[in-house]
Amino acid sequence: MSTPGRPASSRHLLGVWIRSLLWTFAESVVAILLAVVLGGIGIFLFSGLLPNHSAFDLGLPIAAYGALWSGALGYPNGVGSTLSYATPLILAGLGVGLGFKAGLFNIGGRGQFLMGAIGAMAVVTLFGQSLPGLATIVLALAVAAIFGGFAGFIPGVLKATSGAHEVVTTIMLNYVFVFATYWAISGPLRLPHSPQPITVDVGTRASALGTINILGWNLLGRDAHWGVLLAVLGIPLLWFLLYRTTLGFEIRAAGANSDAARYAGMKTRQLVVLTMSMAGALCGLAGGTTLLGVVHQIAPGYDTTIGFDAITVALLGRSNPIGIALAGLLLGGMRAGAQSMQISPGVPGELVDALQAVILLFLVINLLRRWRAMRHVDAPTVAPAEPYGLGAVPAEVSE
Amino acid sequence: MTGEAASIPALEMRGITKRYPGVVANDHIDLDVRRGEIHALLGENGAGKTTLMNILYGLARPNEGQILLDGQTVEIAGPSDAIGRGISMVHQHFMLVPVLSVAENVVLGAETMANGVFLDTREANKRIAEFAARFGFALDPEAKVGTLSVGQQQRVEILKALYRDARILVLDEPTAVLTPQETEEIFALLRKLADDGRSIIFISHKLYEVLAVADRITVIRRGRVIGERKPGETSEAELAELMVGRAVELTVDRGESHAGAPMLQVEGLRVGDDRHEAVPNATFEIRAGEILGIAGVAGNGQDELIEALIGLRKPSAGKVRLGDLDVTGFSPRAMNEAGVGYVPGDRHRFGLILAFPVFDNLILTSYYRAPFARGSLRQDSAVLESADAQIEKFDIRVPSSTVATSTLSGGNQQKVIVAREFDRPLKLLVLDQPTRGLDVGSIEFIHRQIIAKRDAGTAVLLVSAELDEVMEISDRIAVMYRGRIVAEMDGRTADKSQVGLLMATGGDARPEEARA
Repeated sequence: MSTPGRPASSRHLLGVWIRSLLWTFAESVVAILLAVVLGGIGIFLFSGLLPNHSAFDLGLPIAAYGALWSGALGYPNGVGSTLSYATPLILAGLGVGLGFKAGLFNIGGRGQFLMGAIGAMAVVTLFGQSLPGLATIVLALAVAAIFGGFAGFIPGVLKATSGAHEVVTTIMLNYVFVFATYWAISGPLRLPHSPQPITVDVGTRASALGTINILGWNLLGRDAHWGVLLAVLGIPLLWFLLYRTTLGFEIRAAGANSDAARYAGMKTRQLVVLTMSMAGALCGLAGGTTLLGVVHQIAPGYDTTIGFDAITVALLGRSNPIGIALAGLLLGGMRAGAQSMQISPGVPGELVDALQAVILLFLVINLLRRWRAMRHVDAPTVAPAEPYGLGAVPAEVSE
Repeated sequence: MTGEAASIPALEMRGITKRYPGVVANDHIDLDVRRGEIHALLGENGAGKTTLMNILYGLARPNEGQILLDGQTVEIAGPSDAIGRGISMVHQHFMLVPVLSVAENVVLGAETMANGVFLDTREANKRIAEFAARFGFALDPEAKVGTLSVGQQQRVEILKALYRDARILVLDEPTAVLTPQETEEIFALLRKLADDGRSIIFISHKLYEVLAVADRITVIRRGRVIGERKPGETSEAELAELMVGRAVELTVDRGESHAGAPMLQVEGLRVGDDRHEAVPNATFEIRAGEILGIAGVAGNGQDELIEALIGLRKPSAGKVRLGDLDVTGFSPRAMNEAGVGYVPGDRHRFGLILAFPVFDNLILTSYYRAPFARGSLRQDSAVLESADAQIEKFDIRVPSSTVATSTLSGGNQQKVIVAREFDRPLKLLVLDQPTRGLDVGSIEFIHRQIIAKRDAGTAVLLVSAELDEVMEISDRIAVMYRGRIVAEMDGRTADKSQVGLLMATGGDARPEEARA
């Protein structure tokens, strides 16, 4: 971007961009490294408890991480599995991150995801036999986004009209949508003549539809599906929305200081509704792609932890689309590698949950430090300016 | 106060140096404060006064230098350590809990318990009454702090310090929010506290106040002590020059107003809800090329009046006309597009997005218009070009338009708002305390810009709790009391004490209300 003839400030932006990039992700990288070290110490300390391992086995952490790595990346099935896990994490992470940018804490990812899955399922149930395969997929994903968007729209409207806090309303609505899923599979979406409440299998329909199994992407093994394209598209689109459009400017302004945004003539209430709807739509797409690409069927007890995983992804990625993509790939890879780690050195796959929790913990601690830094007079100098969405620019001191 | 003991200063700071990356906030500062002395610390914003006081209060560690209390070197570990050593600070923004009583606020953090369980406020009540009698002010220990006036709240802060046996009392810009009468009262109180043998450090950038109240004045500029003066041996002009580093015009010549046709006409405006009618009935006009100053103690309906004028509040009755256009009930954006500029009173909360770079704050109200947007796409090269031009034009001291606005000094932050709001043709300019908390250099600059805007034919509404500002640049002055305009007068001939009295009491000038 630094070409001669541009105004001086434009050239300057490149330096700002790079500096802010480093600053933005430094904390995340530190959190990940600390989690890996702590996890390694944990494996070392408890290695005696595992069958076929001696106590305090120094080689075990290395073997476990090696298996995790190769399980996530080592062979085509591993990469496919990583992408498959990463797809909903990235999509829902973008949804939560968009909320963060607007100053909204969307904990409704779980409900929005489920609504997205129901929406996609409804399309397959209703139109799976009458529409061509590709049209079914496109329509199913569009309806997934609409259903998820509606699940985000409700808390948005509640906040805009009554001031009800989205943390409270999204958590409460999660239960509504969990039970709505129950109702849907035992009522309108129930497989006819089935002894139990369960939906049609997308795969069974797929054979009739022909092309729906395009979502099984054989190049990358059995797990990868075309849904990853949506995540890949969503990343630059959200970045573009936030940093290149006036709407994105309004969203970020309302998130950073909604009073100032309102005084500057922005319609902050409408922005709340719009942002929550868009966030819900992204989480709904996570649900839709997971249904079509991975689970194929909604059975009793179908649920997801995506709501909280996506919060980790958004925090780890600093609410920045590129960061969210990297964070989604990391956590997706950890999920994918967990199985092979469990098989070969025999370290329980739950280690991955522990790592994720420790990462989140360190992230939150760092957030606290930043919060203190902003309040504390002596704290030098990290001001969260973010000209191009890459977080804090190390700043000159004010006084 | 003579003899050996008196010659040892109560506080001595020697060679205090505090460096932050890229900046030396304090550069070998020496300061000594004697017992029973009011010592003023004078300097522009960003000069290093606050850093120095934070070091004294244990909030920051100096890189070099020593602090001596009564001749003994001490290390101050933190605020509680400072308080334990008899150093107390009264912040510009009060640290009070509005729903608690005066006594409860005073003991907060230093509570004594009855039977080890219940809060014992009797002891506090007794001591508050003692202090009040000794220093001659009245405060009901049972009153809820939220119901007190700003001046009274400040006394609660001072009481808190006294309750903790403060020997050295630091007051950071204590008069910023007070009426002239309250200011005089606080000065009298400070004098009594000094006569009681306490030392007072009075941080200010208001020259006449410093001359009125201090025994000695230390001037700081860019982290260094520039000079020390006694009030009798110096003048406002000399102090200003020391402070800024060049000769400063303390009062900008407002010149002649060539007022034209009425630009803003407000008729029977009513603002507020059923519970609280903040502005019952306002009628006034401002002509093109005229500055109307509204004087009033904060909270007398000025905020609501302003919010109605810039579109943030829908008036419940009345009419607002801007030139030939009826703008009653317009949205903030419609007002902005109709040619209304606005500088909010609380720039951090309402005027700026501190986390955003300077260039984004410069387009906060115009980001959606050409040339900053084409359709719904941002045009960053136009934004940056315009930012560079405005930084130059409005003398905003900033290394680049891409730094976070939070890193700018208060004066430069305000210049960002002024650049944004002033740099286009305006019909009406609404200014809410436009120079609050700014240094003399920035005040001079902003006053010049306001007058230039007036001379270009803009109608200017200036609301300020700082009477001096209203007196200095207004062509006409209206006094607001309990939501009503109780008096109007010529800005050049108005008498300060009379305006102050009207602000405080509303006066008997009821008939004037109807005139306007």
